[in-house]
Formats: sequence, C-alpha cells, structure tokens
Amino acid sequence: MTESPTNKPGNGDVCQRVRNGLKPERNGLLKTLYCCHERQPKHQYHPEEEEEEEEANAEPCHGGLYRRPFIESFEETPMLVAVLTYMGYGILTIFGYLRDFLRHWKIERCHIAREKEEQKDFVPLYQDFENFYTRNLYMRIRDNWNRPLCSVPGAKMDLMERTSLDYNWTFEYTGRVVHDVINLGSYNYLGFAENTGPCADSAAELTVKYGVGVASTRQEIGNLDRHEELEKLVAEFLGVDSAMAFGMGFATNSMNIPALSGKGCLILSDELNHASLVLGARLSGSIIRVFKHNNMQSLEKLLREAIVYGQPRTHRPWKKILIVVEGIYSMEGSIVRLPEVVALKKHYQAYLYLDEAHSIGALGPRGRGVVDYFGLDPRDVDVMMGTFTKSFGAAGGYIAGKRELIEYLRSHSHSAVYATSMSPPVVEQIITSMKCIMGKDGTTIGLERVQQLAENTVYFRKKLQEMGFIIYGNEDSPVIPMMLYMPAKIGAFGREMLKRNIGVVGVGFPATPIIESRARFCISAAHTKEMLDRALSVISEVGDLLQLKYSRHRIQPSLVRPFDDNVYEEIDD
Amino acid sequence: MASGQQWVLVEMVQAFCEAPAYHLILEGILILWIIRLLFSKTYKLHETYRLTEKEKEDLIEEWQPEPLVPPVSKDHPSLNYDVVTGPPSHNIIINGKECINFASFNFLGLLDNERVKQKALASLKKYGVGTCGPRGFYGTFDVHLELESRLSKFMKTEEAIIYSYGFATIASAIPAYSKRGDIIFVDEAACFAIQKGLQASRSFIKYFKHNDMEDLERLLKEQEQEDQKNPRKARVTRKFIVVEGLYINTADICPLPELVKLKYKYKVRIFLEESMSFGVLGEHGRGVTEHFGVNIDDIDLISANMENAVASIGGFCCGRSFVIDHQRLSGQGYCFSASLPPMLAAAAIEALSIMEEDPDIFTVLREKCKHVHKALQGTPGLKLVGVPLAPALHLQLEKSSGSRDSDMQLLRSIIDYCIDRNVALTLARYLEKEERFLPQPSIRVVVTVEQTDEDIQKAVSCIRDAASALIK
Repeated sequence: MTESPTNKPGNGDVCQRVRNGLKPERNGLLKTLYCCHERQPKHQYHPEEEEEEEEANAEPCHGGLYRRPFIESFEETPMLVAVLTYMGYGILTIFGYLRDFLRHWKIERCHIAREKEEQKDFVPLYQDFENFYTRNLYMRIRDNWNRPLCSVPGAKMDLMERTSLDYNWTFEYTGRVVHDVINLGSYNYLGFAENTGPCADSAAELTVKYGVGVASTRQEIGNLDRHEELEKLVAEFLGVDSAMAFGMGFATNSMNIPALSGKGCLILSDELNHASLVLGARLSGSIIRVFKHNNMQSLEKLLREAIVYGQPRTHRPWKKILIVVEGIYSMEGSIVRLPEVVALKKHYQAYLYLDEAHSIGALGPRGRGVVDYFGLDPRDVDVMMGTFTKSFGAAGGYIAGKRELIEYLRSHSHSAVYATSMSPPVVEQIITSMKCIMGKDGTTIGLERVQQLAENTVYFRKKLQEMGFIIYGNEDSPVIPMMLYMPAKIGAFGREMLKRNIGVVGVGFPATPIIESRARFCISAAHTKEMLDRALSVISEVGDLLQLKYSRHRIQPSLVRPFDDNVYEEIDD
Repeated sequence: MASGQQWVLVEMVQAFCEAPAYHLILEGILILWIIRLLFSKTYKLHETYRLTEKEKEDLIEEWQPEPLVPPVSKDHPSLNYDVVTGPPSHNIIINGKECINFASFNFLGLLDNERVKQKALASLKKYGVGTCGPRGFYGTFDVHLELESRLSKFMKTEEAIIYSYGFATIASAIPAYSKRGDIIFVDEAACFAIQKGLQASRSFIKYFKHNDMEDLERLLKEQEQEDQKNPRKARVTRKFIVVEGLYINTADICPLPELVKLKYKYKVRIFLEESMSFGVLGEHGRGVTEHFGVNIDDIDLISANMENAVASIGGFCCGRSFVIDHQRLSGQGYCFSASLPPMLAAAAIEALSIMEEDPDIFTVLREKCKHVHKALQGTPGLKLVGVPLAPALHLQLEKSSGSRDSDMQLLRSIIDYCIDRNVALTLARYLEKEERFLPQPSIRVVVTVEQTDEDIQKAVSCIRDAASALIK
C-alpha cells in the first residue's frame, strides 16, 4: 500500500522490472555481487567489454571506485515458495469474485460506503475492478497499517488498542493503550524523535516566541530569519554552496524537478524511485526513461542511446539529461552505486539528482549521507535533495547544490512562490538536531548516534541472516526488508509481532512486486542492544511459527567474504 | 461432410496431375516469391545508417548540454526575499522595520493566539516534533484522528482527511479521482495548486471564463452532444468541475448555487477549493457553502488548507465517506508523505475550538473586510480588485506601463514606501512562465481581525500617499 516506489512506467521507452522476481539478474546485481571490481573510467564505457572485464575480475578488490566492499544481496525466491504464493493469490482472487457475487445479490452484507441516491445516474466515480484488490485482499489484513500512536515515535511507542468486529471494515478503539511496543517501523534513524532534550526544548521555545504557522509564502512575507539560518546550516552540513528548505519532503521532489527540467530534456529514473520523484518527473513535461534498479549497464546504455540518437522523432540533441536516483531505496534496502553513477554522469555530461530521503543522517561516518558513505565530493552531485522527516525527526525537505542552482530555485521553485513556508518549531528542531550531528553543540552525542546506528544495523542484519531469513539490500542500510512472500503472511507476521509487543511494517503489492511481500525493519540509533535482542528472538520465534526462514544458504560466509555465482548455483537444485 | 472433403482432395490431386509443366513451374516460382516477400526485411535503411562505435563516441564527445539552470541576474525581483525577524503576527519586523501586518493570511489572528500556542506546546511535550513516518507506517497519531473527526464535525460532512502540506491537498485530491480520459471543467482563475493537480491527473482540461456560468454551460452542452455521439465512451468518462470558493487570484466568490444546478443538470461532480474561504465566509466560517446556504452534501469534495485562517500547517479534504475514503489509498500526498507533525495538528484543533466557541469572530472579520474594501476605493492610480467580503484583496495599476517588469517595480516602490511608514504589504507572486492565465501584477492587501480602525486608517492613507507620490 503506502510509500511505494511507483513501478508505473513513464512515457517513452521503458525497461520494465521483471515482475516474478525469479530471474537472478533482477537488478543486474547478482552477477556482480562483490561489486568492487576495479574499473578504469576510461574504457569502462563499452557494455560488451565490461561484461568480460567483470568475469575476469572475479577476485574482489577493495580499491577502485569503492572504499570498502559493497555487499548487497537479493537472494532468489525459492521456486516452491513462488508457486505457493501465486496459488495463494489465485485462491484469494477466486474468493474475492465469489464474495463480490454474494455482495451483488445482497446475500453478504456490503460494508462499502455507497454513492448518494441523487447521483446514482452519474458516471461512476470508481471503476468496479479498481477497488477489487482493496476490497478483497487489503481489507483482510488492513489492521497492520495505520496503527495509531499516542506517544513519541521513539525506540518504544504506545499504540492505541483497536478491534474490529466486522473483519477490518471498521475499527473500534477500546480506550486501552498497548504500552512500550518496540518500534521497528518508524524512520527514526538517529533517534531524534524525542519529547525531551535540547531539540524539544528549542522547538518549545520557538513555539512560544513565533507560534506554529507562518501564513504566507517564502517569496511574499513568510521568509523568517529562522528559515535563512536553517538553509545556511544545511549547506554547511552537506559541504555545498547553498541550500533551500521546503515544507514537505514529497513536495520538494514533485515541485522542484519541474523547475529543473522541462520540454526537450530527458530524465533517466531508477525503476524503483519514490512516487514523489516519478510525479515530479511527470509534471516537468520531460521525456522519462527508466533504467533497471541500480543497474549501471542499463543506465549507461540509456545514456549512450540518448546522446547518440537525440530526441525521439526529431532527433534533435537533448537539452540536458537528468539522472534521478535515491540514496537508500526504502523498499529494497539497497544503496545507490553512487561512485559509478558519478563516473557515468561525468563522462556523459549528464546532471545528477540524488534523493537522500532515507540516507541523510543514516549513512556515512559523519552522517552526511550516501556521498559521505562513499567518500565522494558533494560537489559532484548537482542536486542534493533530502528530507528532514527521518533522521532529523522533523518534517520537510531540502535541495542543496551550487549557488546558481539555489538562486534559480529561490526565484523559480513552485514551492517558494505558492506554498506556505515551514513552521518555525519544525525549523528549530532541524537546526538543533543538525547541529548535534555536526558536533556544534559541543558534545559528541550526534556522532555517537551515527556510529550506534551503523553498529545496530550490521548487528541486526547479521543476526537475521544467521537465523535463516532472506533479507534484501546492502549490509550497511538501516532499512532491512525481510521476505515474507505470501500475502497472508504479512497479516500473520504483523499480528503475531504486535501480540509480542513489537511493531513492524509489512509491505505488499503494489508497493513491491506481486510475490515479494515483505516485512520491513527500520533500525534506529535509539534501539538498545536489549531491545534488538528481544526483537530478534521474537522474530525468530514468529519466523518458526510461520515458517519464514526461507534462506537456502543459512551458514553465512563471514561478512568480508564476497558472494559469487557459486552461491546461487548451489540453490538451483 | 467427410466425403465432401475427400472429394475435393481427389479433385485437387487430379487437377495437379493434369496441369501442364510450365504452369506448375510458374506457380512454384510464385510461391517461392511470396515466401521471400514474407521473410525478407522490408527496409534496410537501418543497417546502412547504423553508426559505428567511433561515430557514437564522436557524437557523445560533441554533445554539449545546456546548463542545469539558467543564470539568474542578481537583481531578479524574486531572488532577494524580504526577511522577517520574529513572528509574522500582527506586528511584524520586516527587513528590520517594525510594521503592522497587512500581508500574512492570518485572517483570524490565530497565529500568535496564546491558547493555540499552549496546545501546541503540550503536544510537543507529549509527541516530540516529527512523526517519522507516513500515515500507514506508524505515522498516524491519535491527534490526527481527532483533527479529522473535528474537521468533519465542523464542516458537517461525513469524513475528513488531512494532508501535511496545504499545496499538496488539492494537487493530490484531483488526480486521485480524475484519470487519463476523464474531463475536468475548470475556472480560468484557478490557483496554481489546482493547475498542478490537473496536470498530474493527465485528464482532458476545459477552461471556462472566470465565473462565467454561461460559458461553462456552453462547454457542458458541447460535451453532452459529444457524449451522445459516443455513448459507450461517455459511460466511463468521469466529469468534474473544479472551482475555488473565494479565488485567491481575483478575490471574488464563485456562484455556487448555479454551479450546483449545472451539476445535476449535466451530471458533473464538483470539487471546491476553499483555502481562502474556509474560516472566513459563512456565519460559522464553514466557507462558501454556508455563505450561499448550499447543502454541503451537494459538493462532492471540499478541500482547504489550514495555513490561512487556521494559522497552522497542512490541509484537509472533506465530503462523503464514499468519496473521501478513496484518498487514503490513492491520494499521493497522503500515503507517500510523512504525516503532519502532531503539534501542528493540535494547534489546528485548538483553532477549530476557538472558531466554534466564538462565531462572532467571523462577523468582526466581515465588517473589517467591508471597511477596508470601502476605504481603498478610489485610490489614485490603483484599481481595487475583489468583493467586499474578501479578506485578501488585490490592488492593480489602473494604467499599465505596458511592461510587466516595470509595473512590478512601480508596485514594489509603493510597498517600500509603505514599509518605511510601518505598513507591511507584499506583491502577489506568480511564476510568470508557468501560470496558465497569468494574473495582472498586484499588491496584496490582507485584512485580519487584529487590525484596529486606526491601523486600517493608517494603512489606507499610507497607500494613498504612496500612490499619488509614485504613480505618474
């Protein structure tokens, strides 16, 4: 359901993602799992050659573009599980049709809100099939989402207990509170979602002084001194010339990409990019082409073709090419192969738009995001975008880059002209938390949190792998998707975990490919070792109960040893 | 049946044997020819034009992209923002000068209301600032549920849904319902958020002249005739009218009763954007439906932001559950975005309470609006645009110099003159290249309940002085 990378293709040529997830080269990574082959940027640019080079280079090397091993795994779906999952969907669909039939003949009570009598002869607002999935599949497990909180979304949270007497069509609140649920769902990477401490205090102070609203736009009369201060700080934090902040992360993408790209421009977008990036690209009126997730060959092929053949039909050269990628992909837990993207971008003179929604604060030795993680120069990324929602425990987003870029946005961003500017207490929360990460508050709390998060992530991932779960993504990504495959297991897993006082997020179609339903854990620096251990033992217990330990190579090679093709040959039996 | 087929076969074999050799050869050649035609490539242009690697490299080498952004001149009018130090409330410090605020949309003066601040603080103490997640993934708080139910109660609708950003509200709501192939009739003066919503929906857009019901009816009739030609397509083509309650660009009110009549006559749904009218029009501040006494159930969807009268952040949509519930899975700005910080939701709840407890506030606002509207009539060289009830009016130049830039400069000098004399005003800003129908340059004059008669007197005389001094 929510927060999905939109798989919908844009206009223009599209590389569709392989839907069944059975193909090992699903995102062009498996063959190159070790991923740290040394490549000379000069003669990298011949896809045919490249393949040979990779095979020749089977030994991992820790030099080249990557500072450290780039280990990212996407274990193949076991065949039996895939078949069973499809069967599960089949059965659900048959029952769905049966119940729709019963509802149609009024044998089964229909809970869906109905159109007003006077408007029955209007063109129906929804096509009947549009809501088939919602009505018959999502509704059965709806209790796993939108669980209301009544506390800070910190390492532990309090949930309002709710029950449903009509199989999730409506919920009733019992008035009781489920206390101290371990929170593995919120994007509270650095644990700045707090109601005490310096951030909350400064936000409170600002509330008293400024109030919560602004009631005007940046360009009119809503440009507060606090906004300017925040922007200077963000630029300093990221190590770029200047920055601009916006009130909503989603809108930062969807309202600024149209300012940067337009007719006659080409946007190359990763197939798993977030909906906001897809919307922004669409609103820009540019041609959109989609490359396979994190697949550099696919990206390079598109780049070459684009420059060589120019615009469709007219064959005029493109005005500019914008590559749009994310730092951490929130559904896959993968990290963008930024060094290679930057090399490609430089060689082909394209521009790079990097969305660090999940990675800013959460990656890199200094918490400066994916650029810091790879030790690159932030000036090589043309547009650095990120959100304040996650690591900073606030709301909104930013765009940072060269001075000219920001000057242009200040005068042409949709957001600056038409949208109300950021709420002052929210701004203050960001300023305080960012200063903490930078160590400007005179403590090392921020840096310790960044390190704690990295430790927690590695620990949690390692333990899950050892238990035999299939988990996706990069070993350093604090977003950890754990495969459940079957849609019914999303519901069962979520409920069983909540029974044991652990809150997790389940994700299914359409946010993921149809058979790749998964649970997703977001690790926080605020999680203590006890909490993680408790969570792990519960996950193991529920995993045994629901038979979730799918992995076919349970005895993990030690983390330094690279994966190679052999691992996948073993499981083909 | 079987015998008939056999007979045909026998006859064929006989004919084959009897045929002369040259005939068979000719037929054979013809068959081969057909096969060749079928399997040969129809064009080989591609191969001859295929580029060699070298040529490709050259092309890549040659290609020069445009810069990512064009350079902005240092004195671009919208590059250097006015800086507000301290809260943007009734008294505002703009560029270091303390002024009376005639520019923020803080109509009800709730921005620095002590009760609102206290509630926000209490919420901050309980929940912290951010929600760290979208509504689906532990981003729903009890405060959000309370705000939604309070809003639906306030508006007397079945359901309400909140967004974390005012702009994203209508811009997400429209594409949740209207898809490719559907038709949207929209007023020319519609605000930018609506325009973006229309663009995202990829529907077929028909603009009608501002507040011109005859023009709208003409378009609807045209469409009706079109539909009769192709009834199968018409059965699945949804039709919507999108209007604003109180237009931000023109400061006038939409003729809602006529729109409702047209709705039922032509079976079109109405989406109403009330960002300017919510908390302003109507006896209890319910907006344009209350103003006209229109049954709110006749409007399919009402959207408004909570950034003007409510003086918080975010927006909401309300209407019947049948319509609104759909956005919980299809409203992009709702499901893919982090939810509204609880303290901002708590502030909005308290603002609603104040509005419910004291509906006189709306009468006061109306009186002030009328007062300002009357007082600003006949300003030399400036034309007042807007109805007497509108709290955000526009002052345009009576005679344009012909160039937009110089008009803007002239208006800006009037504003600077006023700011120097402690009256804060602002230019209405637009993206000139992006607007579908670009409004005339204007000065925004915003009326709030906090402005006293003296303040208004001062502002009006200030504007008059500036106009007579600066406009030739």
